[in-house]
Amino acid sequence: MLDYVKLLILGLVAVCAAIAANYARDVAYLVHALLIMSAAAITFIYVLRNTGEAKRPVPVDEYMDGPVRAAAIATVFWGVVGFLAGTFIAFQLAYPVLNFHWADGYLNFGRLRPLHTSAVIFAFGGNALLAASFYIVQRTSAARMWGGGLAWFVFWGYQLFILMAATGYLLGSTQGQEYAEPEWLTDLWLTIVWVAFLALYMGTLMKRKEPHIYVANWFLLSFIVTVAMLHVVNNLQIPVSFFGSRSVTVMSGVQNAMTQWWYGHNAVGFFLTAGFLGMMYYFIPKQAERPVYSYKLSIIHFWALIFLYIWAGPHHLHYTALPDWASTLGMVFSIVLWMPSWGGMINGLMTLSGAWDKLRTDPVLRMMVTSVAFYGMSTFEGPMMSIRAVNSLSHYTDWTIGHVHSGALGWNGMITFGMLYYLFPKLWNKQRLYSLRAVSWHYWLATIGIVLYAASMWVTGIMEGLMWREVDAQGFLVNSFADTVAAKFPMYVVRGLGGVLYLTGALIMAWNLYMTVRKSAVRRDVAAAAPAE
Amino acid sequence: MEDTYTILQVIARSWGAMFMLLAFLGVILFTLRPGSRAVHRDIADIPFRHDDRPARDTDTQARPQPFKEARQ
Repeated sequence: MLDYVKLLILGLVAVCAAIAANYARDVAYLVHALLIMSAAAITFIYVLRNTGEAKRPVPVDEYMDGPVRAAAIATVFWGVVGFLAGTFIAFQLAYPVLNFHWADGYLNFGRLRPLHTSAVIFAFGGNALLAASFYIVQRTSAARMWGGGLAWFVFWGYQLFILMAATGYLLGSTQGQEYAEPEWLTDLWLTIVWVAFLALYMGTLMKRKEPHIYVANWFLLSFIVTVAMLHVVNNLQIPVSFFGSRSVTVMSGVQNAMTQWWYGHNAVGFFLTAGFLGMMYYFIPKQAERPVYSYKLSIIHFWALIFLYIWAGPHHLHYTALPDWASTLGMVFSIVLWMPSWGGMINGLMTLSGAWDKLRTDPVLRMMVTSVAFYGMSTFEGPMMSIRAVNSLSHYTDWTIGHVHSGALGWNGMITFGMLYYLFPKLWNKQRLYSLRAVSWHYWLATIGIVLYAASMWVTGIMEGLMWREVDAQGFLVNSFADTVAAKFPMYVVRGLGGVLYLTGALIMAWNLYMTVRKSAVRRDVAAAAPAE
Repeated sequence: MEDTYTILQVIARSWGAMFMLLAFLGVILFTLRPGSRAVHRDIADIPFRHDDRPARDTDTQARPQPFKEARQ
């Protein structure tokens, strides 16, 4: 019966999308309508072929690892795509000739930049978080995932969101708000997927067999709930036409700016921090084979982060039309945030106490520990840059870009690589990774890449900030904007090289993980064969 | 009659802020309460328990519960 309802809904969606494509007012909307139509049609055929078939019994005695595998593969794929896009636009800034004339309006820096940021944050990071959430919530609840095939809907729905966002950027459909660029249709779709994700997570937690909820789940749940809230409020837009991708924001002026950076900073705080801390609190203890250093500290870390982060957004708007009290509030809370962040970093690092020797032999653990160290460094740098006086030098310069990347490449990237190296042998039932030497190569390429990136951006950012404010004896500005651009050239090349190293490391990882699945010996200590799904 | 903005911001900066502060301190005090050590030690071990398959109903009953005897 349920199959017939599904078929009815999918058929209706496909037909409506086809009609919408026919009336489309712009190319981006046309492409999106066709994407939705194809997705609905493919799912329709899939459901149709399984309708009336005898139902396979649900293996209640096994974890549902199919969606975890899919999300882990997607993480590797989107990671490589995102790093490639980032490296390319880094060279576009150094060598403007790479903004090809024949691809103008599609592959120029302005179009590719949101593609890069969304690919690494939402596609790479988002799929890593899907894999981590699905894996961790089942293991720490000792229960199979709730909701039957809902996890597959969340996974494929999220990939559709990524495709819609990416094609939208290339075709110029954007609402012009950083990290919230997708237009209303894509936003609505993500909302549906996200609600399903929340239901899936809550459902699994509710049928847990462990009496307590492990701390990693608190972080992951706060990430899901807060992102839902941020996404809905910051995307309050009214479409201009039902058949076009353009929309108009409900809030305007400084209110819109404040909401945008409340969203923007908490995307950092809850997507890239809370969610990835959930990973840290599960995978570091697992890889080090010892429980977290202090569970009490982890609870305090969680609540302090939740209470403080949500207020830090206004530090993005120093010296603007924003009232002084609001920007002071943002600055104060950003500085106070330094404490729980370092508490969490110490907790992650000290988990290794008594097992520090493992760092010498286990490059995966080394990766995870380095990521926590980068977490500490960027959560020290961030509060410092939020101080108004420092911000007057750093804002609008490449120092900000350097800061973001030491967090993103160092903390988010490295902890995700560590998780993938842990997950792949586990999920495909392998004895070990194909090559530990390749992991070491990846580790050093990534680390040197980050150092080149961050160092060149500090130098160029501070240089540019100082050049902008330099005045001569008469009080006139000394440098034009173009002077700073010319002076930044060597650092831009170094930054691009850092990106090449980081990308090479990721390619080595992709090869290593592929070979692990293909060639590594099967794990022998488990009685049952690999789950059939 | 004051406007809505003023009413809301007066509530937010007095009782609202006080509520947030007390709730936060309450959470920390509850975490540090005497006798929580055994509970927390038990929770911190969760990742090492059910790695390969979900718990069966019989497992839950058989599982030792060390924190029961921690306090008299």
